[in-house]
Amino acid sequence: MSGRALAWGCGAAVLVGLLALVPFAADDYRLSLAISILSYTVLATAWALFSGPTRYVSLATVAFFGIGAYAVAVLGEHNPWPLVLLAALGIGVAVALVVGLATLRLSGVYFVIFTFGLAELVRQLVTWYEVNRTRTLGRYVFLDIGPAQIYWQLLALAVMVFALGILIRRSRLGLALRVIGDDEAVARHVGVNTTRVKVALFTLSAAFMTVTGAVMAPRWTYIDPAIAFNPVVSFQVLIMALLGGAHRLYGPLLGVVPLTLLFDFLLARFPNHFIMMVGVAFLLIVYAIPQGIAGLLERALGKRR
Amino acid sequence: MLIEAALSGLILGGMYALVAMGLSLQYGVARIMNLSYGELLVAASFSAWALFTGAAVNPLAGLLAVVPAAFAASWLVYRLLLAPLVRRARTRDALEVDTILATFGLAFVVQGVMLGFFGGAYYSYGYLAVPVKILGATVAVNRLIALGVAVAIGLALYFGLTRTRAGTAVRAVAVDPESARLVAIDVRATAGFAFALGGALVAAGGVLVSMFLTFNANLGVLFTMKALIVVIMGGVGNLLGALIAGLLLGLTETFVATWVDPGLTLAATYSLFLLVLLARPQGLFGGSGR
Repeated sequence: MSGRALAWGCGAAVLVGLLALVPFAADDYRLSLAISILSYTVLATAWALFSGPTRYVSLATVAFFGIGAYAVAVLGEHNPWPLVLLAALGIGVAVALVVGLATLRLSGVYFVIFTFGLAELVRQLVTWYEVNRTRTLGRYVFLDIGPAQIYWQLLALAVMVFALGILIRRSRLGLALRVIGDDEAVARHVGVNTTRVKVALFTLSAAFMTVTGAVMAPRWTYIDPAIAFNPVVSFQVLIMALLGGAHRLYGPLLGVVPLTLLFDFLLARFPNHFIMMVGVAFLLIVYAIPQGIAGLLERALGKRR
Repeated sequence: MLIEAALSGLILGGMYALVAMGLSLQYGVARIMNLSYGELLVAASFSAWALFTGAAVNPLAGLLAVVPAAFAASWLVYRLLLAPLVRRARTRDALEVDTILATFGLAFVVQGVMLGFFGGAYYSYGYLAVPVKILGATVAVNRLIALGVAVAIGLALYFGLTRTRAGTAVRAVAVDPESARLVAIDVRATAGFAFALGGALVAAGGVLVSMFLTFNANLGVLFTMKALIVVIMGGVGNLLGALIAGLLLGLTETFVATWVDPGLTLAATYSLFLLVLLARPQGLFGGSGR
């Protein structure tokens, strides 16, 4: 390991160590903000892990997030916590594999369309199951997991998603992904099994989203399909990743922090016009800064180099 | 029971086909993957509702106001929001990503505006909800009228595209924008026209649907989804394919709702979609894949 990488590693370790102390220092409101920021960091970074290099826009973030949350609501009470997380992970991975194998062999449009309605499909299936089988719509999540534990679990997830992102970038898989993003036909010609690479990355990204949903579930004491599969979450994750810049690993983080704060403010002040405002913010980002903040930074730094 | 389900399936399918034809124009000709499509449909439904309850304008007369308005609004959306993306895009794939993002954002803006005006409640109004008997099955008159109007619009579109000069230009752009330019077709103007025409069709669908379905501000996603699936099933740019696929989807949904469970209609839609993706991704009637 070179000296520079060592310095970066030490810096990151110190930073994570400091972040782990937040629950001791922050009051309830700040801690809940920190939890939001961390959960969106994991979601947006996981989203960009797949959609950034491949440029396949996934609109299904909340489908996986909701699957994780609902798995906890159903299984949480009678099973040990690690087992619940594993079960949630298993379901999320299975769904991602089905979606990926069905659509990612084809052109990107099919994937977008499929993910576009996926959250709604899962929501209706869960609703149907609950109404017909258990005859209850909505569940209570009473688990002995406080905000501080949620925070630490999310921090661990965030560390994992970043570590994995760095590993992928340095591996053959990351190179294959970048070639696919630049030109898929070329990728196939140089011998990349494009379908396998795309499905693997999509599943990995979905796994993180699912576990994030599972970890976040104890935040709500009451959960029903409309809450768990709220499409606005997919939308927010997409905006954050795009604002930051989806082509860099650290990009989404640059979008998550300001937008979580902004959305928190908007939701408190203008609850009735929230969705519309988020939509307008999104359009501004798509038109004004298509490469995100990371792209702007690179351009600014690139001029000096 | 069977005839009743088949009839309402055909009526619903006719609506899907009409709406999908519009999307086929927008995607096949203007090359815009419009994810805010369903929101325009719901907005048209709300307009018809407002005209009917507020000004006692019957929805068929309402069509005359709503459809031109939707044509103009869609044209403006194309010129102001989408044309810059078309100019900016270097490749067709880049354009696809950009338009997906932009129209996805637009969908939330429109939905947010409708939520602001109408909230999340379900709306409906009673216009000609008179039962009539056909082949022993009971159908409301408003559904039959909706189907009749949809068929008329569909036929007009078909003949407009195949028998007129402007229609031929539209089809030429759908086949190959580069070559269309060589035979003196203004590709950009034609694309804008096709996009606006698609918007007019979906608005007509929205008004017709509002005559017999309840609707709310959140339904747009579902209609976009179904229109997209019908377009894919029929083969992109294939109007006849869209017609058959739309009818098929309407029938499937109605049969599932009648005999299996109304809560599983979307699952049925998705299963159909999945089957098409696995068996014939180029569409039921498409030629070679894209």
